[in-house]
Amino acid sequence: MSDNIRIVKDATCTFCGCVCDDMDLTVDVDEKRIIKADNACILGKAWFREHGHEERPAALIGGNEASLDDAIEEAAQILVNARFPIIYGLSDTTCEAQRVAVGIADMIGGTLDTTTSVCHGPSGIAFEAVGESTSTLGELKNRADLIVFWGGNPAESHPRLFSRYTVTCKGMYIPRGRTDRTIVLVDVRRTPSAPVADIFIQVKPRRDFEVLWALRALVKGRKIDPSIEQTTGVALATLEDLAGRMKSCRYGALLFGMGLTMTRGRHFNSGAILALASDLNAFTHFVAKPVRGHGNVTGADNVVSWQTGFPFAVNFAKGYPRFNPGEFTTVDTLARGEADAAMIIAADPASNFPQAAIERMKQIPVIVLDPKESHTSRLARVAFTTATYGINVAGTVYRMDDVPITLRPALESPYPSDEQILRRLRTRLRELLGGNRVPDKMSWPVPAAAA
Amino acid sequence: MSETMILIGARSNKQGTSLCAGKFGAEYLDVSSTVEMNIDDMTRLGLANGDSVRLTTPMGETVVRCKSRASKDLAAGIMFIAYGPHSSRLMGADTAGSGMPMSKSLDVEVEVLPAQPRPVGG
Repeated sequence: MSDNIRIVKDATCTFCGCVCDDMDLTVDVDEKRIIKADNACILGKAWFREHGHEERPAALIGGNEASLDDAIEEAAQILVNARFPIIYGLSDTTCEAQRVAVGIADMIGGTLDTTTSVCHGPSGIAFEAVGESTSTLGELKNRADLIVFWGGNPAESHPRLFSRYTVTCKGMYIPRGRTDRTIVLVDVRRTPSAPVADIFIQVKPRRDFEVLWALRALVKGRKIDPSIEQTTGVALATLEDLAGRMKSCRYGALLFGMGLTMTRGRHFNSGAILALASDLNAFTHFVAKPVRGHGNVTGADNVVSWQTGFPFAVNFAKGYPRFNPGEFTTVDTLARGEADAAMIIAADPASNFPQAAIERMKQIPVIVLDPKESHTSRLARVAFTTATYGINVAGTVYRMDDVPITLRPALESPYPSDEQILRRLRTRLRELLGGNRVPDKMSWPVPAAAA
Repeated sequence: MSETMILIGARSNKQGTSLCAGKFGAEYLDVSSTVEMNIDDMTRLGLANGDSVRLTTPMGETVVRCKSRASKDLAAGIMFIAYGPHSSRLMGADTAGSGMPMSKSLDVEVEVLPAQPRPVGG
């Protein structure tokens, strides 16, 4: 450790959707490292410890070191010459960079999708069908006396969600903190979050929808057959008890994770839990909120929504935005072999997508922007090393409850930000295309049937 | 010897901290190539901690090491793996028009192997 130490107060951690903005960072300026992150959870400490100064080329083309200018030119040529270019990722970068990415997708007539599609995308679909009774996390902290976590494990994915907002913290109308709250955990396995809960309800895998629908019925006073236990693994008495607690609490919240969206039922599960919250508002105040994962995935939803009208899975090929999950979502466009070029921004789909989608990425030119080497950067034609948002890069991110938070970077980076690269790329694309592509002037041939 | 179990992929603390260090680091490779199994299931299959199993779905297969969990933490017939290259090998690409591939509660055939796991992309 050098003597050149700087303290950054109230910095923001961008590891998860909690986006905790009370980090006190101790920075070794000479060694270009964050050596201490007070108030950070185990994930935040690792985030600050491991991100800072990378020893990698700023750009690679075909795995070989290249200048930034050459890499931007190569990336621009890839996007201009593609018939079905896709842009994907965006959950681990600033809103400012996300906005430029939307502009590029619009300009090239491409398809824009974010990691939301493999996260709470199904919940986004359900919002449109069912609506959302929602709140901020601050409101939960100050008012909620019953919190039901469903299909999530915050102890490992969002550790400070418990201490800052939902379990142990004291609030305006929750003066004794933990004592004044009832905590319920519903999941298919007993996770490390279970010890936090007053009540743990274990559901058979793939039976969440049935449990949620039974609760809806019970809340409305309908009869449920005791055979529900054989179907779901949950006794009728347990469901009746939970329904009673939900109806009689002062302010309740259902916080749900990807245990609902990534399993059988997908958006029907999310719709069921959102509908349950709506039903409960006939008796008390109740909200339902998805617990969001990556640091600024909520920002991606917001930016893409206010720019296009839709949160993800947006296609610009007709010159205006169209939304259709399943058609314009990235797993689908890749696995069906439709995408013929991809720009991946701050995401690593080659490490977590189905194999058919990964195989397609190996066949097409891929552009990657990422602070670290990743599975996707290894297969990319063009790879940019970028500065890390929140640590090196200022800007705006959205907390999981749609509250915008300002970043206070701690270290300078030798690498450009995502936004800087995307702005340069957009400028070059504008030069090559002469402005936005429009359908009747697109360079590729129009099929005879449509001509 | 093989049998069908339900595999749940999810995050874990170790996966989260090790991915910050890098996805090609030893810790991330280790945590993402370890499947947690019910201890009674492991005993029945003759498995000890660190033994290799092949996991197979209609979409693909992968070889991982197994680690036991008590029955109160992980019910019989259910397995847990941290997201990563190994879990993605078992996922199908059909999103049923939602954009979301089925990533949790996969029916997986478990086969006991003497071999060590192969690193994926490592």
